[in-house]
Parts: sequence; C-alpha cells; structure tokens
Amino acid sequence: MPIPYSYSLRNLWTRKLTTALTVAGMALVVFVFATVMMLAEGLKVTLVQTGSYDNAVVIRRSSQTEVQSGVERAHAAIIEARPEVAFGENGERLASKEMVVLVAMPKRGSDSPVNVIVRGVSQTGLKLRPQVKLAAGRMFRPGASEIVVGKSIAERFNGAQIGGTLRFGLRDWTVAGVMDAGNSGFDSEIWGDVEQLMQAFRRPVFSSVIVKLNDPENFASFKQAVESDPRLTVDAKRESIFYAEQSEMLSRFISILGIVLSVIFAIGATIGAMITMYTSVANRTTEIGTLRALGFRRQNILRAFLLESLFLGIIGGIVGLGFASLMQFLSISTMNWQTFAELAFSFKLNAAIVFKSLLFALIMGFAGGFLPAARAARMNIVDALRAA
Amino acid sequence: MYLLKLVFRNALRHKLRTGLTLLGIVVAILAFGLLRTVVNAWYAGAESTSAARLITRNAISLVFQLPLTYQEKIRKIPGVAGVSHANWFGGVYISAKNFFPQFAIEASSYLDLYPEYILPDEERKAFLLDRKGAIIGKKLADQFGWKVGDVVPLRGTIFPGNWSFTIRGIYHGAEQKTDTSQFFFHWYYLNETLKRTIPRRANYVGVYIVGITHPEHAAEVSQEIDNTFKNSLAETLTETEKAFQLSFVEMTEAILVAIQIVSFVIIVIIMAVMANTMAMTARERAAEYATLKALGFAPPFLAKLIFGESLAIAVLGGAVGIACTFPVANAFGNAMGALFKVFYVSWQTVATQLAAALLVGAIAAILPTWRASRVKIADGLRNIG
Repeated sequence: MPIPYSYSLRNLWTRKLTTALTVAGMALVVFVFATVMMLAEGLKVTLVQTGSYDNAVVIRRSSQTEVQSGVERAHAAIIEARPEVAFGENGERLASKEMVVLVAMPKRGSDSPVNVIVRGVSQTGLKLRPQVKLAAGRMFRPGASEIVVGKSIAERFNGAQIGGTLRFGLRDWTVAGVMDAGNSGFDSEIWGDVEQLMQAFRRPVFSSVIVKLNDPENFASFKQAVESDPRLTVDAKRESIFYAEQSEMLSRFISILGIVLSVIFAIGATIGAMITMYTSVANRTTEIGTLRALGFRRQNILRAFLLESLFLGIIGGIVGLGFASLMQFLSISTMNWQTFAELAFSFKLNAAIVFKSLLFALIMGFAGGFLPAARAARMNIVDALRAA
Repeated sequence: MYLLKLVFRNALRHKLRTGLTLLGIVVAILAFGLLRTVVNAWYAGAESTSAARLITRNAISLVFQLPLTYQEKIRKIPGVAGVSHANWFGGVYISAKNFFPQFAIEASSYLDLYPEYILPDEERKAFLLDRKGAIIGKKLADQFGWKVGDVVPLRGTIFPGNWSFTIRGIYHGAEQKTDTSQFFFHWYYLNETLKRTIPRRANYVGVYIVGITHPEHAAEVSQEIDNTFKNSLAETLTETEKAFQLSFVEMTEAILVAIQIVSFVIIVIIMAVMANTMAMTARERAAEYATLKALGFAPPFLAKLIFGESLAIAVLGGAVGIACTFPVANAFGNAMGALFKVFYVSWQTVATQLAAALLVGAIAAILPTWRASRVKIADGLRNIG
C-alpha cells in the first residue's frame, strides 16, 4: 500500500515558512520563464499578423529594410505590370508603391525621441492589408496633408489623436483617423498619401513595391522574373518572410536572454528546493524509520518525498503562471535593431507556454527532490529509529 | 574570539546544506554581476563620450542626411573649434551575423576630434594617403584576425555595391572604455563612388561632429547651429555627444529595464533560498538557543550568532561569485564579439555585488533572530526540532 498523498501535502503545511520561501523562489523562476516566452510569442504573433503569405515585397537588391531601399518610378511600373500581380475589382493592379521613412518623435511623458515609421501608401495599400481596419475617424484623403496613425502610436505620442497635428517634412499633418491593424506591426506606423509624403521629404524614389499575387504559388516565378530582369536591381520576398526576418535579431535576443536567465534561475530555485527537502528528510529520520517498520517499502518512501518536492514545484509553477498571466495586460515597445524603428508588442500566453512552464516547475521540483528522497529511501530501519 | 569560532563551527555543522546555499549564492552573485555588466556595456557608448564634442544631425531622423555645404557654415559659428563629418555605412562582411559599425569619415579632421583613438604616426600617414584605406579598432582586429595590409570586402546595404578596403592601421583606445570595435574609411571614397553611381545621393553627410572650444557653452553653440538652419529643407538637431549616444540607449530602454529588473529578481530569489536555510537552521537549534538563554546569554548574543553565520555564508559565497565574474565576463564578452563595444567588469559592479551579498546575508537573518530572541526558555528546551 502506498503512503497517502495527504502525508506529503500535510508535511508542506507543517513547515509553512520554509514552504512559502521555497515556493516563492520557484514561482519567481517560473514567472520569469513564462514572461520571456510570452514576450517571444507576442513578438511572433505581431509579425505573423503583419505580413501575409500571398503578398510579395520588392526592395532594392541587398538592402535589408524598406528604409534603406530605393525603387525608381520607372522600375516600380515594370514590377507592377508583371502578369503574376492580381487585379482588383475595378481592374486596377493590386500593387502599392510605398515610401517608408523614419521620423524621430518624443514619446508621451518623456523627452527622448524614438524613431517612428512613416509609410506613404498608394490607394491600393489598404486592400493589400485586409487586417488593417479603421478604429476611429476616416482614411486620409489623397492629395491632402492628412495621415492615419496606428493605435499604438495614438496611445503613446502627443498630438497623435484624431484632429491633432504632427509636424515633419516642413508641414503639419492632420490626424484623420486611427487604424487598428489587429496587433500587427502596422499598429506602430503612421500612414499617409505616398505622393504627398514624397513631396514633403523630397524623395524622388519609392522605398518598396508591395504586390498581391494572383496565386500565392506564383511567387517563385514572380521572384525569378523581377530578379533576373536586366532593367531592375531588386530583391523580392514573401511579405510574411520579410517581416519575420526583420525582427530575427530581436526575437533571437529575447530567446537567448530567456534561456540563459531561466537556466541560472532554475539552478538557484532547485538548490532551494534541495535544501528544503534534505532538511525535511533529516528532521523526519525517526518518522521514516517508523514508516519503514510499519511495513512501507523503500519505493513508497521515495515516492512520498518525491511527491512532496513535486508539490512544491507545481504550487510554485501555478503561482508563477498566475502572476505571469497578469502581464498580458501590458504591452511593451522597443526599438527593433534591424529596422531602427519602434515596434510595440504584447505578452501572449498560450497553452503551450502554460504546459512548458508547469513542466519546467515539475522538473525543478524533481531535480531538487530526487537526491533527498533517495537518501530517505536508503535509510536503515534500525539506525533511523535510533536517530532521535 | 570564541564568538567567531562558534559562528564558523555552526556554519559548518550541516556541510551539505551550507555547501548548497554557498553554491546558490555564487551562481546568483555571478549572474547579477554579469547582468550589471551587460547593462553597463549598453551605456558604454555614452560613457566614452567627450563633453567637448557636439553631434549635428537631421532633425527628422538619422535616416535623413545633411548637405555637405553645412560644414563651412557650422565652422563659422563662434565657439566651434573644428568640424568633421561621418556617414554610417552599414555594410555586411560576408554575412549579416558579422556585424560591426562602419563609418565613412573625413579622416584627418575626425581623428583630430577623437584623440582617444591612438594610432601610430606612420599608420595614420598611410591611411591618409590611401583613398581606399581603412583603420580599425584593436578589438575588431582581434575578432576577425585582421592585420595591416589585409583587404576587407563589404557588401553595401545603404550604399549599394561591393566595396573593398585595405587596412592601413589599427588604433588602440586611450582608456578601457574607449570603443575599439569600429571600422573607419574615407568619406571621399564613398562620395566619389556615389557621384558616379547615384549622383543625387552624393555630397550628403550623415552627421557633423563639432568640436567646441568651451564645453560649458555646449547648449548655446547647439542652439546657434540649429537656428542657422531653421526653416531650411534640412533642419538640424544638435546635441552633446553624450545625449546623442544616450538617445540610442533610450530607444531600447524597455529591454534594458527588463534586464535590470531581472538582475534584482535574482537577488530576491537567492534571498528566499538563504532565508530558508537560516529559518531551518534556527528552527533546529531552538533547544540550543533556549539553553544559551538559560545560561544567561542575552538576545543580542543570539542575534550576533545568527547574523554572523548568515553573513559569513553570504560573504563567502559573494566573494567566490565576484572572483568568478571576471573570467566569465571575459569569455562572454569574447563570445558576443562586436555586439558590445566594450565589455568589462567595473568596480561599481563589484561593489554592488558585495552589497547585494551583504544584504542577502542580513535579511536572511532577521526572521530567525526575531524568533530566537522570542523563544521562551521552557518552550525551547522542550522543542525536539
């Protein structure tokens, strides 16, 4: 007959202070572990929603971002006229010739300016991004000094509310609307009429051409055609891959940081659990002897102590996850090194992260409890009974 | 003296427990030191600046450039000692993973403004004479094993094309905090090439570096420069070099804050572990404390005993942790390459580590001391642990 579960649970309850301290340590570790994974997941979700699979981005060859790139008008027209490009309902080409620049603006509540992406889009620009909806106000009018701002921009910057004005390129731009881009990267952008913005910034060339393919499978032939056209020096990428590559560095940094921290923290918390469990075993030597004398086997003892340690782990895991889930209400914005611009994203919790965090907590509990439990199981009945 | 002896004897009574606690503290203090060093490295660009230099850039953002003609206008402004200019090149060496900063500079004026880049005279001369030459920092040279005379090919991202440069000199930093991970080449080489390939982009510079005669007048001179170009097509923003560098740090502030929070969380975790150890120790020794009290020792003596033990373990762990920080930071810095311009453990970091260890030791002892001092002799003697 195994030792009842309540034995392990009650032992934890008897040493409340020690249990609380050990659980607190573990909870903190799980909290950090889960938060970092949530951050990486949030970044991924943001990027997945930014690019769509059936769009292609064309930029100047060997430039890595739209800001670095330049595509001349004549070249843009050639790209737009490719047969792989889809037609809209009015027979127009579903291609958006865009200009992307960075503008330094101070965040609300601080003087330090951050770089914000200002994107000039063609009339078709919205049709290419079905995830972008107007949350308030109206779209900018072509030919006017009007802009629409992403909702992260509206929240974080002065003057970025409907009716407000932002000044750049020697002009005041009226905010006509706020767009909700479904938590994608476009939430951190400002959009305006491409012709107006090119005038204001004195840029004679586009930055990129975004096209919708009439069939996503045609991407290979489109890429081959534009990249080998002797008139053009451009690279074509699927939009989804383009955006994933743009924050590769940031997401790799977050994952490496997360792994390193989790390992260091886990060592600390495991040691804490080990100390607790060794003491728990040492204090109960007589008790263990009694249990053995009553007929419980070594494996029962091993199981009971291991269970106690696993309980410690799982309680720590649940507490840590509980706090981590509160982080979902926060979003952070930081500079993406590759684009040199501000990107806002939030913490995202999903089932996989919950599972991994709890598993992580159990592993810590197991690692901390195994050696002490083995010591308890190895005890000699007579010696143990005599110990007190 | 016997108090010290008692403290150490007590600490060694449970060798396994003390050993595990020590290990925990060593890991925590090491991790804490490493994270602080990472944060410091982030600020390194701002630390190694000079108050006598201003940076003038396009007010819209760094993506926009300034006309070359501004140079002479800036030079005429009172208080300006010298002007140089630089362009961020952003080339790729073989693959994007081999990132290091590259600047196209107006060589002689730039080197005059940066006396902390120490370059032997003959190497400086060789660099100035070779239009396709380049000079690199010691750290960068070590990272890729480059020597004087090597040819470095770069693929342009901002300035299209394949570029190649011959290394003509390797500069050293005047101080430990000087950035020696940079790659400099002639702005004129860049400009001549642009005149041929993309004429509309020629004769533009990324930033002006302005040397000023009186650092205390930095604000007035900056204002004067910006006023000169007000309402032009390229309005300027002038700030001290330090403010300029800090603006980069602030853009990634969220990450920095996270690392800082995490570095303190480590200390809190180890505090919980240490407090746990001390709480268990004190609980086991309740009978002993009661005996000591019965013998006439006052609570302050017990407090000294418990604090002494806690501090001894924490400080020993802290010392080992600090000692480990240096080699680990060194290895980490080498592994990261040019990502961190400078990477060294500062004495402030060591001091904070020591303070953290002391704090952990002290806080862990509070609760057990409070319990021990309150234990009633009769109850304590009855306690069997």
